[in-house]
Amino acid sequence: MNWDAWLPPLVVLSSLLPGLIIFVLPEERVGLRTVLNVTGAVAKLLLVGWMLWGVAQGHHYEARLALLPDIELVLRADPLALLFVTLSAVLWLLTTVYAIGYLEASPHRSRFFGFFSLCVTAAIGVALAGNLLTFLVFYELLTLTTYPLVVHRGTEAARKAGQTYLIYTLAGGTLLLLGTVWLYTLTGTLEFTEGGFLHTMDAAHHRSLIVIFILLIVGLGVKAALVPLHGWLPKAMVAPAPVSALLHAVAVVKAGAFGIVRVVYDVYGVEFAQRLNLLTPLAVAAAVTIIWGSLRALFQDDLKKRLAYSTVSQVSYIALGVALFGPVGTIGGLVHLVHQGIMKITLFFCAGNYAETLGIHKISEMNGAGRRMPLTTLAFSIAALGMMGAPLTAGAVSKAWLVEGATAAHMPWVVWVLWTSSLLNAAYFLPILWRTWFRPMPGAWPDEHIPARRWRETVWLLLLPPLVTAAATLVAGIYADTAISPLAWAQLITDREYFRATP
Amino acid sequence: MDIPWAVMLIVLPLAAGLMAFVWPRVAQTLVLCCSLAIALAVAGLALQLWHHGVFHHALGGWEAPLGIGLYADGLSLVLLTATALVGMGVSVYASAYFTLDDAHHFWPIWLFLLAALNALFLSADLFNLYVTLELMGLAAVALTALSGGRDALAGAVRYLFATLSGSLAYLLGVALLYHAFGSVDMATLAGRMTPVPAAWAALGLMSAGLLLKTALFPLHFWLPPAHASAPSPVSAVLSALVIKASFYILLRLWIMLFGPFAGDGVAALLGGMGTAAIVWGSVQALRQTRLKLLVAYSTVAQIGYLFLAFPLAAAAAAWNAAAVLVLSHALAKSAMFLAAGNLLHFGGHDRIADLDRVVQRLPLSAFAFALAGVSLMGLPPSGGFIGKWLLLEAALAQGRWDLAAVMLLGGLLAAAYVFKVLGHAFTQAAVTHEPTAVPARMEWAALLLACSAILLGFTATPLLSLLEIGAPFGGSGP
Repeated sequence: MNWDAWLPPLVVLSSLLPGLIIFVLPEERVGLRTVLNVTGAVAKLLLVGWMLWGVAQGHHYEARLALLPDIELVLRADPLALLFVTLSAVLWLLTTVYAIGYLEASPHRSRFFGFFSLCVTAAIGVALAGNLLTFLVFYELLTLTTYPLVVHRGTEAARKAGQTYLIYTLAGGTLLLLGTVWLYTLTGTLEFTEGGFLHTMDAAHHRSLIVIFILLIVGLGVKAALVPLHGWLPKAMVAPAPVSALLHAVAVVKAGAFGIVRVVYDVYGVEFAQRLNLLTPLAVAAAVTIIWGSLRALFQDDLKKRLAYSTVSQVSYIALGVALFGPVGTIGGLVHLVHQGIMKITLFFCAGNYAETLGIHKISEMNGAGRRMPLTTLAFSIAALGMMGAPLTAGAVSKAWLVEGATAAHMPWVVWVLWTSSLLNAAYFLPILWRTWFRPMPGAWPDEHIPARRWRETVWLLLLPPLVTAAATLVAGIYADTAISPLAWAQLITDREYFRATP
Repeated sequence: MDIPWAVMLIVLPLAAGLMAFVWPRVAQTLVLCCSLAIALAVAGLALQLWHHGVFHHALGGWEAPLGIGLYADGLSLVLLTATALVGMGVSVYASAYFTLDDAHHFWPIWLFLLAALNALFLSADLFNLYVTLELMGLAAVALTALSGGRDALAGAVRYLFATLSGSLAYLLGVALLYHAFGSVDMATLAGRMTPVPAAWAALGLMSAGLLLKTALFPLHFWLPPAHASAPSPVSAVLSALVIKASFYILLRLWIMLFGPFAGDGVAALLGGMGTAAIVWGSVQALRQTRLKLLVAYSTVAQIGYLFLAFPLAAAAAAWNAAAVLVLSHALAKSAMFLAAGNLLHFGGHDRIADLDRVVQRLPLSAFAFALAGVSLMGLPPSGGFIGKWLLLEAALAQGRWDLAAVMLLGGLLAAAYVFKVLGHAFTQAAVTHEPTAVPARMEWAALLLACSAILLGFTATPLLSLLEIGAPFGGSGP
C-alpha cells in the first residue's frame, strides 16, 4: 500500500473522526471524551511530524478524489501547507488541553468539543488543499463549523454575534466562489502551482484576472480581517476563550491570511502579480489595516476586544510580507504566520485565565493581577513583548525580516508603517503590563472562583498551555537560526517560490 | 437475463397499495418492504441502463403508436432515484408519525402516489404523462387534506384547483398536438412538428399548465398554504417530488419539442421568472415567523434555480446542473420538512422565535435541518454545491453575469433564512413549553435524508455519467 497518498487524508481524519464520535457521546462521559480528544490531537501531531520529516527528505504526499468530472479534491502536503498544518496541529493539542480545563463542569461540552474538532479539521483541510476548489470547500466548512462555537453560550448577544459573523464570512465566501468559478472558466485548472499557473495567460485576459484577484482577496480578506472587512472579529469575542484563541491564532483569521498567501504565490505567482501591479494595492490595504487595528486597540477597555483589534493589526503583517515583492519580505510574512499564532494564542489563553480565575474581563480591573497570578502574567508579558517586536522574541524575527524586505523592495513607507505599528503596540500593551506588575492589588477580585493553592495560581490545565506557548515564543526568537525553526522552513518555501529550488 | 425492473417500479407500489387498502393491519410492514423493494429496483434499473443503455419496453408487446411504451434514460433514472430515496425516508418517518387511524388512510394513497410518480418518470408519450400527472395530482391533494383541519382543507382546495387547471391546460395542449400532427409519442412528434399556430398554442397551454403545477413564480400562490398545512411527511413529498414531476415533463418537452422552435425569447422569459422566484421566494421565506411556511417559501425560491438552466442551455453543463439540483433539492427539502415536522411535534408549535434550545434538546433534528440547509444554500460539500457550481460555470462561460449574480444572491438569502432558524435554535425562548418526545425513527429519517444530500456532493462524477445514458439533453429521448 502506498502510504504517501494516505497521509494527508489521515491527518484530516485524525480530528474528524474523534469529533464525530464525540457528538454522540453523552454529556457525562468526560473521561472517554478527553481520551478521544487528546488521542486525536496527538495522532495528528505524530502524522504531521512524519510528513515534515518526509517532505524534508523529498517525499511527495498527495491524495485525490474526483469531485466533478474535471475537478478533483486534492490534499497535498507541500512545504507551505506543512507550515500551517504544523502550527494548527501543535496549537490544537494545546488548545484542547486548555479547553478541557476551561469548560470543566460547563454545559454542552459534547457539542462544543465536537464542533471544535470539526473546526480544526476544516482548518487542516484549508492548509492541505491542493487546488482552489478544495480550498474553497474547506474554507466554507470552516465558516459553518465555527458558527456553533461562536453562538455556543446561547445568549441573545451570542446569537447576534453569530449573525454578524455569518453575514461577513458568507458574503466573503460568495465572492471567493465567484472568483474561483470565473478563474476556472478562463483557465480550466485550479491546481496550486509553485510560481503560479496564470502567467501563461493571454494578455487579453489580464483585465479579468485583475478583477478576479480583487474578488479573491476581498473574499479572503473578510476572514483575514482586512479593514474594512474586519467588523465581525471584535463581535465574535462573545465566544468562550478557547474558541477565541483558536479563531485568532489558528483557524479562521489564519485561514484567510493563508488563502492570500496561496492566491498570490500559487495561483497568480508573485512575479505575475507584480507584473499586473496587484501587490502594491495589497500592501496598502495591509498597511491601513495594521495602523487602523492598532489605533482601535488603544481605546478598548475590554481585554479580549483589545486583543481582537490587535489581531486585526498583526495578521495583516502576513499580507504585508506577501505583498512585498522579493524573497526577504516573503520570509517575513510567512514566518509571522507561525509567530503571530503562538504569541496571540498565549495572550488569549492568559485572558481566559484572568476571566476564569478572577473574573477579570476589563483592563481597568487588572491592577496587581501579576502578584496574584505571576505565571500567567509572565506568559502574557512575554507574548505582549513579542507582539511589540522586543528582542529575543519571535516577534522581533518577523519584524526584522519585514523591515529588511521593505527596504529590499524599495518601499520605505512600509518601514515607517512597521515602526508606527510597533509604537502603537507598545502603547496598548505596556500599560497593561504596568498595571498587572506594578499597581497594588485591589481588596477583592471581581469574581474569584478558583482559589490559589501554593504556586498553582489556577488549575494546571489552564496554566500549562500559555506557559508552553510563551516558551515557544522565546525559543522561536532565540533559536531562529537553527535548521528546525519556523524561519528555516519559511526560507525553504521562499526558495522554492522564487528560485524553483527543489530539495 | 433481463429483469423488467422498470415494470416492477410501477406494479409493486400499485399492488402493495391495493393490499394496504384491503388489509390495513399489515399496511405498515407492506409499505416499508415496498419502499425497500423500489429502491432495489431502481438500483437494478441503474445497472441495467449502465450495461445496456436506454431502456425501452412496450407493455403487452404493443408498440407505439398503439400501445403504452415505457422508457428510461439517465434523466428518468435521476428522478426515480430521488423518488426511491425520499420514498424510503418518508415511509419510515410516516410509520411513526401517524396515528393508527390516519395511517390507514395514508398508506394506500401514499403507495398510489409512489406508483404514479414512478410511472410518470417512465412514460414515453404525452398522453401517458397526462394520465400519470393527473393520478399523482389527485393523490397529492388527498394527502394534503389528510389532517382534516380547517387550514389543511383550505390549502388542499386551493391546491386541487391549481393542479386540476394545470392538468387541464396540459391536456388541451396534448389534444392540439395530436390533432395537428397525429401522434402523442414524443419521438414521433419531434420529427413532425412545425411552427404552426396550433403548435404555438400547444406550447403555451402545456407550459402554462406545467408551470402552474411546478409553482414557478408568479404561479406559486397555491404552494405555501398547501405545503405548510399538510402533515409533515406529506409536505416533504410535495416539495421534494410532486412539483419535480411537472418540472420533469416540462424539461422533456422543452428539450425534445419546444426548445428548438421556441427560441431564446421564451427561454429568457423562463429565466426571468426563475430569477423572480429566487428573489421573491427567499425574501418571503426570510419574513416568515412560522417554520413550515419558511420551508415552503424556500421551495418557491429553489424552484427558481431550475429555471435558470433554460437561458443557459447552450452550455451542456446547465441541464446537468438542473438535474443535480432536482435531486439534491429533493433530498434536502424532504429532510428539512421532516426535521421541521420533528421540531413542530417536539415543541407543539412552529414559531421560529420560540424554538428554545432545540440544538441541545433535539440535536439530531436540529442537525438534520442544518445539513439540509447547507445543501440548499449551495455551500460545499453538498449536492446543492455541485449543482450551483455547474450552473455558475455555465453562466460565467456565457457571460451571463446577471444570472450568476442572482444565483449568488439566492445563496446568501438562503443562508439568511436557514441561519435565522438555527440562531433561534440555540437561544432560550421567553416561555418554555412542555416538550413531547419525538420517536427515534422520525429523527433518523430526517437526518439520513439530510446526510444523503451532503453525500451527493461526493458522488457527482458517477451521477453525471449515469445522466449521460441515452443523452437526454442531447436531443434524443423517449
